[in-house]
Amino acid sequence: MTSLISDLRRNCSIATNTVYTLWLREMLRFRRSKSRIIGSIATPLFFLVILGTAFNSSFQMRGGGDTNIGFLTPGIIGMSILFSSLMGGVSILWDREFGFLKEILIAPVPRFFVALGKALGGVTTAMIQGTMIMLVALFLGVEYQSYSGMVASVGIMLLIGLGFIGLGIALASQIESHEGFQMIMTFITMPVLLLSGAFYKIEDLPMWLKTLTYLDPLTYGIAALRYTLMGESEIPIIICLIVLVLFAATTIGLGGHLFSRTKA
Amino acid sequence: MSTLAIETVNLTCRFEDLTAVDSLNLQVKKGELFGLLGPNGAGKTTLINMLSTMILPSEGHAKVWDLDVKKTPSQVRQNIGVVFQGFTLDDRLSGRENLDIHGRLYGLSKHMRKQRIREVLELVELQDKADVLVKTYSGGMMRRLEIARGLMHHPKVLFLDEPTLGLDPQTRNHIWNYIRCLNRDENVTIMLTTHYMEEADHLCNRIAIIDSGRIQALDTPENLKNSLGGDVVKLVVDNEEIASALCRLYIKNGCAGNVHWKKSSIFITIKDGAHQIPHILTIASGANINILSVDLHRPTLDDVFLSHTGRAIREEETSEMGKFGFVFRTARR
Repeated sequence: MTSLISDLRRNCSIATNTVYTLWLREMLRFRRSKSRIIGSIATPLFFLVILGTAFNSSFQMRGGGDTNIGFLTPGIIGMSILFSSLMGGVSILWDREFGFLKEILIAPVPRFFVALGKALGGVTTAMIQGTMIMLVALFLGVEYQSYSGMVASVGIMLLIGLGFIGLGIALASQIESHEGFQMIMTFITMPVLLLSGAFYKIEDLPMWLKTLTYLDPLTYGIAALRYTLMGESEIPIIICLIVLVLFAATTIGLGGHLFSRTKA
Repeated sequence: MSTLAIETVNLTCRFEDLTAVDSLNLQVKKGELFGLLGPNGAGKTTLINMLSTMILPSEGHAKVWDLDVKKTPSQVRQNIGVVFQGFTLDDRLSGRENLDIHGRLYGLSKHMRKQRIREVLELVELQDKADVLVKTYSGGMMRRLEIARGLMHHPKVLFLDEPTLGLDPQTRNHIWNYIRCLNRDENVTIMLTTHYMEEADHLCNRIAIIDSGRIQALDTPENLKNSLGGDVVKLVVDNEEIASALCRLYIKNGCAGNVHWKKSSIFITIKDGAHQIPHILTIASGANINILSVDLHRPTLDDVFLSHTGRAIREEETSEMGKFGFVFRTARR
C-alpha cells in the first residue's frame, strides 16, 4: 500500500515535471520570437480596425446600440486564439523537421504529458496574444461590460485554445511531413473561422448555414467571449461552457493518445 | 551483476519486405568503446534505434545494462544517452537552455543540473558559447553540444550514430578526442556507428563489421587486420576482364594468401608482400598482361571489409556526402 502511494507520488511528480519542462521550452522560444509576437497581434488588429470601420459604414447593426467594432472584438480575439493554438499544435511538424522531436521522444517520460506540456505552452502564448488584443481594443474605444468579465474571458481563451491545440497535436501526430500543413490551413482554419459567427450574427442566417455554425466549436467560444466581454450572447453561456469543456477534453485526450504513438 | 553492457539474442528488425537487422547476436562489455562499421543501409542505425527503444524489434531480445528494451523501455532510456545521426537540438534556444531542458526531462534536481551543465560544457569546451543561440553554432559545435547533452544524466551507455558525419577532418579529430576522453574519464560504455574506417580504427576497442543486417566479423581492429594474414598488394590493370583473368591465373598458380579483384584492381593478401612482388609480376608478364601500377600496404579495415563482403565500404561515399551536405544546409536554415 505504501509503495503504491509512493509510486503514485513519483508518477505525479514525473508528470508535472514533464508538463512544466515542455511548457518552459515554449515560453523560452516565445520570448525570443519578437517578429512572431508582433505578427500574431498585428494581423487580428488589421482585421479589427479595417473590418470594423468598413462594416460600420456599410451596414447598420441590427438591434442597435452596440458598435460594429465592439461586436467584432470577441470574434477577432477568438480568431487569434484559433490561429495561434492550431499553429502551436502543428509546430510538432517543425520539431519533427528539425529533429528536436527525437530528443523529446527518447526521454524517459510519458509522451501523453509531453503533449500536454506542449499544449499548455502553446495555449499560454495564445492567451497572451488574445489578452493583448483585448487590451488594444480597449484603447480603440471598445467598451467592455466589466473588469471581471475581462478576467473571465481569459479563462474562455484557455478553453478555446486547449481545444484547438489538441486538434493541432492530433493532426500533426498523424501527418508525416510539413507539406500537410497547408492542407490544415485550408480545410480547417478557414472553415472553422468563417463558420464561427466571428464576423456576423447567427440568428438571421439561412437554415443550412446556421446548422453548420452550430457544428463549429469556435462558435461557442466566440459566443462565450461576447457574453463575458460585451454582456450579451446568442447562445446561453452554460451551453457554451459545456461544449468548450467537452471539445477541449476530447481533443487533448485524442492528441495525447495519437502523439504517444507517433514516430520520429 | 552481469559484465555485459549490451547483449542481443537473435535480434531482428523487418520493414515490410526488407530485413534491416537479421538475427543479430552481439555482446558488448561494460566500459568498452565499441564500433559498428558498415556502409549505409547496413542496419547500423536500425540496431541503435532498437537498443535505444525508439523502435520495437520484430524478433529476438536485447538488454542494455541488464534491462530489457521491450519490457522496460523507460528504465533503459533513463540509463542511456543517444546522439542521433541528424541534429536534434532546438536551435531557437541557447546551448545552456538545451542542456537544462534535457536535465529536467531526465529528472535532475536544480543543483544537479547546474553542476552537470558546467561539467559537460567544460568537457566539450563550449563554455564561452553556452548562452548563445544554437542556430549560430557551426556543425562541429552542434555535434559537441549534442554529445554534452547525451552525457547530462550520467548515462551508463552512450550511443553515437555517425558522430562525425559531414564534419571537416579537423573537427572530426576534436570529436574523436572527446569521445576517447569520456570513455576513459567518465567511464561510459560507448557504442558508435560509422562508415569511416579510420574512425573505427582509431577509436574503438572492438569493431563489428556489419553488412546487410548481419555481423560479418567482430574483433579488435588489430586482430581484424592481422586476420587477413599479411600485406596487401594492389595491382591495377587495364580493365575489369583482364583483372578477373589475372585473378584466376594467380589462384591457379597457387599464389599464397587471398586474392580478390574489384573493377580493374586486384588485391592479393600475402605474407611478406615486399618479397613477393617480383614473383607476382613475373606471372603477369608471363601471361602478357600489362600492369599499370603496383602498391603495397599493411591491411586497412577497408581491406578487411572487402575480404568479408566482396565490396568496398567507400563505394557510394562521394555521392552520399554531397547529399548529406545538402540536407545539412537545409536543416540549418
